Amino acid sequence: MSQPANPTAAAIRFDAVEKALAAQGKGRVVALRDVTLEVPPGAICGIIGRSGAGKSTLLRMVNGLERPSSGTVTVAGHDVGRAKGAGLRRIRRDVGMIFQHFNLLASRTVYGNIALPLEIAGLPAAEIRSRVSDLIARVGLEAQAKRYPAELSGGQKQRVGIARALATRPKVLLSDEATSALDPETTQTVLALLRDINRDLGLTILLITHEMGVVRDIASDMAVIDAGRIVEAGPTHDVFVSPQHPTTRSFLSGVTGINLPGFIAARMQDSRPDGPAQEVIRVTFSGSHATDPMLARLASEMGTEANILAGAVEEIGTRPFGNLLISVDAAKGAAARGFLDRHGLMTEVMGYVR
Amino acid sequence: MSANLIGLLYDATLQTLYMVAVSALLGTLFGLPLGVFLATSQRGELMSAPWWNTVLGLVVNAARSIPFIILVVAIIPFTRWVAGTSIGTTAAIVPLTLAATPFIARLVENAIREVDAGLIEAARAMGATPVQIIRKVLIPEALPGLVLGLTLAVVSLIGYSAMVGAVGGEGLGDLGIRYGYQRFMPDVMLAVVVILIVMVQLVQSAGEWIARLVDKRAPRNRGG
Repeated sequence: MSQPANPTAAAIRFDAVEKALAAQGKGRVVALRDVTLEVPPGAICGIIGRSGAGKSTLLRMVNGLERPSSGTVTVAGHDVGRAKGAGLRRIRRDVGMIFQHFNLLASRTVYGNIALPLEIAGLPAAEIRSRVSDLIARVGLEAQAKRYPAELSGGQKQRVGIARALATRPKVLLSDEATSALDPETTQTVLALLRDINRDLGLTILLITHEMGVVRDIASDMAVIDAGRIVEAGPTHDVFVSPQHPTTRSFLSGVTGINLPGFIAARMQDSRPDGPAQEVIRVTFSGSHATDPMLARLASEMGTEANILAGAVEEIGTRPFGNLLISVDAAKGAAARGFLDRHGLMTEVMGYVR
Repeated sequence: MSANLIGLLYDATLQTLYMVAVSALLGTLFGLPLGVFLATSQRGELMSAPWWNTVLGLVVNAARSIPFIILVVAIIPFTRWVAGTSIGTTAAIVPLTLAATPFIARLVENAIREVDAGLIEAARAMGATPVQIIRKVLIPEALPGLVLGLTLAVVSLIGYSAMVGAVGGEGLGDLGIRYGYQRFMPDVMLAVVVILIVMVQLVQSAGEWIARLVDKRAPRNRGG
């Protein structure tokens, strides 16, 4: 046997992982460079990146479908990158995987598809029957058990995929763009199912996606990957509240749902003009502050009145998180920002409008 | 047509069926694993063995290049060694099998290559061995294509079986040549052709019916 799993260690650990691929006519292309990342047990970790950023390669290293060129990938204490043959297959049974295009066998029914990993693991028939029945009930497909994938909707197919991935009772679930082929409503039901599984089974989930909405809705932790590097990582809430990297910000602008109204954006300028002007400020608030009436206090305590230009309050990782665009008299801008900063909000000057 | 001739036609039909059935069975027995290997042994594939893949690919191509009638006479010593005789219906099975095997191997290879690579990846992620992937994923998923390929092979074998008269293989083709052509009996020729047409039609229809039955890829033909 390989070394025993250390219960206190990370469920998944990437340590200085590099991956170089041979590309046609270009010599070697580096797909991943110096990736170090830890996923704690029981976390739902979302890795977001554009296509070609390397997230798929990263995910496939966790079950040894790809091997690192250097560095180590550890799953529950086992070195996946160096495991081979039977040892690697044993690790793979502890790691379930679901796919964007489901990858169900067309020749097998719902029941047969879920039974496949158990047949592969060589379980006795009676054990397979009882486990598959339980799994079908868990994903709510009792009525479809004898149907073939071609007769199912996309959401139902992904439920089969999830049940199949859970069949061998893995410790880790990998999700490869599992909701990218689904409509928004179905996406929500599949994400809810993943959240339930994470909670009920204590399963660690590592998912890759290009949709920030998925990360916001389900991930407790997140990492942003760009051109083969992890450019930002941390608890989802923290990254949403104070994104550091431009790539993260560009992903966030798509989901935080607030942008300046067009007539203001068109008149914005970077430097403060002479004469009377308005300062446009982005205010980010989180945690307990998200529900405080800070703008009312700004008016009553500082005598500064703020115009609200755009805003939204959302819930990220069960904590409220808000984003507000306001404008104040430019002469009072610095004082207003100081007041808000002192009360735990984050401010950022976006520009000025005459 | 005399009762004697009808007896001859009946015997010849059975001989053709016997030769085709046995050679199709043996051709599948050898061709299926060969085809699976060809489909999975290129560089980076499941059973990666690029050198063997190239060598066996060349052998298969060479075997398929030889015109069947030449193959039949060229391998007479081999036929005698395998079947104990080089003449007769049973002996004819040897060249028929030898022609069917590489043909079936290529048909199997094509059918297996049609299987979505995502399914192989999913099975690998489950911890399946290459043999398990072949048995539980590739062959079941390729089954409709395999059935149609085998149907094509059987129809081709019915045609080939007409040429084994050259080594005393008998059967319908031989009967047609000896009676219909050499003895100027056009009614025998016609009867042989009609029986062959019916045989091919039946094989083709049966093959397509089975292929539809095992094809679960589209929710059609499921009785409403």
